[in-house]
Amino acid sequence: MERKLTCIICPLGCELTVQLEDKEILDISGHTCPRGKAYAEAECTAPTRTLTTTVRCSDGSLVPVKTQTPIPKEKMSECMEILNGVTAALPLAIGDVIVEDVFGSKVVATQNKP
Amino acid sequence: MKDLVIIGGGPAGMSAAIAAYESGLRDILILERDEHLGGILQQCIHNGFGLHKFGEELTGPEYAWKYEKKIIDLGIEYKLNTMVLSVSENKVVTATNSTDGIFQIKAKAIILAMGCRERSKGALNIAGSRPAGIFSAGTAQKYVNMKGYLPGKNIVILGSGDIGLIMARRMTLEGAKVHAVCELMPYSGGLARNIEQCLNDFGIPLKLSHTIIQIHGKDRVEGVTIAEVDGNRKPIPGTEEYIACDTILFSVGLIPENELSQSANVSLSRITNGAVVDQDRQTSVEGVFACGNVLHVHDLVDYVSDEAEIAGKAAVEYINKNTDAELQIVLKTDGKIRYTVPQVITKKKDVAVYFRVSNIYKNVVIKVTDGDKLILSKKKIKVAPGEMESVALKKEMLENVKELCFSLEEV
Ligand SMILES: Cc1cc2nc3c(=O)[nH]c(=O)nc-3n(C[C@H](O)[C@H](O)[C@H](O)COP(=O)(O)OP(=O)(O)OC[C@H]3O[C@@H](n4cnc5c(N)ncnc54)[C@H](O)[C@@H]3O)c2cc1C
Ligand code: SF4
Repeated sequence: MERKLTCIICPLGCELTVQLEDKEILDISGHTCPRGKAYAEAECTAPTRTLTTTVRCSDGSLVPVKTQTPIPKEKMSECMEILNGVTAALPLAIGDVIVEDVFGSKVVATQNKP
Repeated sequence: MKDLVIIGGGPAGMSAAIAAYESGLRDILILERDEHLGGILQQCIHNGFGLHKFGEELTGPEYAWKYEKKIIDLGIEYKLNTMVLSVSENKVVTATNSTDGIFQIKAKAIILAMGCRERSKGALNIAGSRPAGIFSAGTAQKYVNMKGYLPGKNIVILGSGDIGLIMARRMTLEGAKVHAVCELMPYSGGLARNIEQCLNDFGIPLKLSHTIIQIHGKDRVEGVTIAEVDGNRKPIPGTEEYIACDTILFSVGLIPENELSQSANVSLSRITNGAVVDQDRQTSVEGVFACGNVLHVHDLVDYVSDEAEIAGKAAVEYINKNTDAELQIVLKTDGKIRYTVPQVITKKKDVAVYFRVSNIYKNVVIKVTDGDKLILSKKKIKVAPGEMESVALKKEMLENVKELCFSLEEV
């Protein structure tokens, strides 16, 4: 089986072609760099995404956050639910950990808040 | 009196200031109307910024912070909550804020870095009244990401620009249902990666060659009628489809914000809606430079920073009076290539020329010629209007050249 993908790792958006037999990857082509190949492999076995959203702070304002590493793609909405129940204590600096572990990743602040 | 006044403290203004500082200038002032530096990036909380500049994937606020921190560390002066009202041709900047009132500063050089704004829905002719529930995608982005307010539950997006695509994902994650993204053109104006990760990931249909022909609802949007369009962008009878929704987002492009440039008598390009500039990003008014989205709309902030560095350095050269024009080469395009930036070259140096094409073309050769003489050619598998391209001209190539024509040939 052949599967066509658009690489999302960088804005070049290379069109990747993966040759699959059952779940086994036989060949990957179309990538411009090794990161594209790794993306195609992950996408055909266990797709992941970095989640970016906001979390409420103790003063009612919002702080933007991200998962420090990508999480399983199918866990994104569950992760949103968890983060909707979180209140972050101020002050916050970029990189401060807001949640220790959601689906294998830390959730960190991406903006400084006094 | 100031050596350099920079208008706008977004990524363009900040990069230009840092580049000017690193070229030896100290008397620099950034004027920013918002309450923070960073410009539009502060509301772009998604990741994907900085891969080209920093080799890592940053969110908008993280990218902005890299520059903001440097501005603070270097002690470059800036004024927030300060709105520039006008710029005159002899480089007097008039601005206002609540502590200084209205004030004027004479500058030796000025860098325009005011960014762009979204095309407004008013510019589109759609039947129906104008009920509540119609927003530009950027406004919705600000509401959701900075105020925590979701503008609606059932959404249709018109236009497939990147901001619209990003907002389709964002609203979906926040619990809204995005029923469709309609794009008038047969191709999307957004990046391929955003179609993949913002629409396909969530099963949101992208309807190419489709538009909204009617908005329903009196006080609040109740639905839209969409239709397929033909090659002349006219709706095809019989293809109408009703979609119930409470909110419409428009993502139909950006326009450089050039009222101030006009007050300074800077010549503008009718194609880019930004200033006409040379390789140093100097406008038709000597000592006035422009960079970032105020010059032409960029899809990637990394290139905004690159361009602003060119302008920042050149402004210092201008102040130090090293700017005599050595030549006058006009850059022309064939229509398939819509425009180039810069539009003129006045110095014998290596120049990166940025351009956009007017349609999707596959297997092309980009040619740069002077009359019959081929100066440079470059092959591309695919070019698209949504993605800025560039070629690098070496200074040797500019020897004895009168005019450079940029054209695109399909092979
Ligand atoms: C809604 C929106 C979403 C975007 N999303 C993305 C994205 O996801 N990824 C991406 O790479 N790019 C995105 N862009 C493009 C983005 O604008 C550029 O990448 C980058 O921010 C442009 O930098 P800039 O400094 O030229 O403009 P801006 O970031 O717009 O900064 C211009 C600054 O000038 C200030 N200003 C304007 N007029 C005046 C005045 N008269 N006086 C004082 N100050 C003034 C403004 O307040 C602003 O802070 C987006 C653009 C918009 C409009
Ligand atoms: S394959 Fe490499 S160059 Fe191509 S889009 Fe992916 S990361 Fe970018």
